[in-house]
Amino acid sequence: MSQPTTGLATRGLHAWFDKHHALADVSIHFPENTVTGLIGPSGCGKSTFLRLLNRMHEFIPKSAMAGEVLFNGEDIYGADVDPTEIRKRIGMVFQKPNPFPSMTIGENVVAGLKLAKVKTSNKDDLIEECLTRAGLWKEVGSRLKAPASSLSGGQQQRLCIARALALKPEVLLMDEPCSALDPGSTLRVEETIEQLSENMTIVIVTHNMQQAARVSDYCAFFLSGGGPGRLIEADETSKIFSSPQDSRTADYVQGRFG
Amino acid sequence: MDYFHFDDAQAVEPQRPWTRRRFSKPKRWSEAAITCAMWVGFAVVMLPWISIIATVVVRGSKAFYIDYLTTDMLVNSSDDPLNAGGVGHAIVGSLIMVTLAALIAVPLGIITAVYIVEIKGRFAKAVRFFTQAMSGVPSIVAGLFIYSMVVIGITHKYNAIAGSMALSILMLPTVTRTAEEVLKVVPRELRDASYALGASQFRTTVSVVLPNVRSGLVTAAVLGVARVAGETAPLLLTSQYFVKFSTDLFKNPMASLPTYIFGNLGVGSDNAVSRAWGGSLVLIVLIVLLSTLARLIGGRTRRSR
Repeated sequence: MSQPTTGLATRGLHAWFDKHHALADVSIHFPENTVTGLIGPSGCGKSTFLRLLNRMHEFIPKSAMAGEVLFNGEDIYGADVDPTEIRKRIGMVFQKPNPFPSMTIGENVVAGLKLAKVKTSNKDDLIEECLTRAGLWKEVGSRLKAPASSLSGGQQQRLCIARALALKPEVLLMDEPCSALDPGSTLRVEETIEQLSENMTIVIVTHNMQQAARVSDYCAFFLSGGGPGRLIEADETSKIFSSPQDSRTADYVQGRFG
Repeated sequence: MDYFHFDDAQAVEPQRPWTRRRFSKPKRWSEAAITCAMWVGFAVVMLPWISIIATVVVRGSKAFYIDYLTTDMLVNSSDDPLNAGGVGHAIVGSLIMVTLAALIAVPLGIITAVYIVEIKGRFAKAVRFFTQAMSGVPSIVAGLFIYSMVVIGITHKYNAIAGSMALSILMLPTVTRTAEEVLKVVPRELRDASYALGASQFRTTVSVVLPNVRSGLVTAAVLGVARVAGETAPLLLTSQYFVKFSTDLFKNPMASLPTYIFGNLGVGSDNAVSRAWGGSLVLIVLIVLLSTLARLIGGRTRRSR
């Protein structure tokens, strides 16, 4: 198997929480500027897998991993790699909107610059650009000084997307970004994903099959079946939904279990 | 009574004019008994508290006259009539020493709490244990410690610096343990958000975690101040008592409200005892004022909720 030198790829990736083997032997390639949906029932290791991709997994006490994550061909778990540098380039949006409550809307957008010590020439332009790309500018452009906690859940989530975009990441990881949102906000986030994918690699965990079908170019199906979670099948989204190779994938996408 | 038919759905005409109804609950004996017990408990707790405040106010107010808060005892003795001399020097002394103690103990306490909760360093458990043990140290022991280490060992005289150090020893565990509890409730999502943006642990702590619990940290400081503002024993051994206004931290002893109260009480005459009560009243008011002020400052720039 040749090593992909662009995009994001994993080779033989495993994860443990203390002695619990949560994820086993995942090898997959996320090509540049595509959207990949990670699907599978709860507890199959999708979120764990996602957190391995930008080194967030290691914040959990007693966690461990094995294998490689190749970002543009380089192993991000290499001995001389600075994890904070990786997280700047591989952004993340969480399941629960988590804006910084002590900051204003505007401050939230550029919080990453301050936290990761990145210099910028014009903050105001960057705030407008990121909020526009996250589909939030029209709603909050006139009240950037309001506290972030005054926004609705859907707006907060798009604010978190804007915050991740401010660092201009090459990859964006999204962990069920719409699970706490109403249909209108979900639609807007999905539109945002579509626009972003023009020049960004996106990996999105979702429990919503329609959403996976709508937003993703590729789909990866995970399943644990009692043991550690494994990658069962990965292919173009249309194939996963119309003619999957594995019968378990077919059962899942057609809603027969999970 | 049928209000709704599935085969023939239609809105039911509401009764007009409407009357407000009370939310009723069936009466239960057990509930009444517990409610009663709560009120009795409340009264039992409040009575001594009210009685203390009332006594202090009634007796303490006797010592007050127009210049009571602004004069010292340099040219007066405790036995003098209550229209001369005052408590000003003790107020200034207490403010200076408590402020200095807070300047030492609050940053140190917060850093210690950060070490225990955020960094979770190798010695976190040991540090936590010693902090807990420290909160059980009798205040006179803290006074003796500074007396032997600083007063005898270094400065060779009673002074305000030694007093502040003794107070900071007592303040430290209170601040640390409160700050620890405050930091523990910071949700993991918030730290995750910061780390996912490429922040270091230092940046996350300074720019995300600490600002988010600002008011809690002010509470920690207030509790620390309240803990030591009335301490007498450690000050008797370190800053002692002084009859005149003084702001010198090194050269001479410094008066404080607790030692002012203690000294006047020791004299024993009616006027001296009244002065002691007056000092108590000032001390209580001072602590209330300090806490209110701290809350105002701590709460002013907090934007969340």
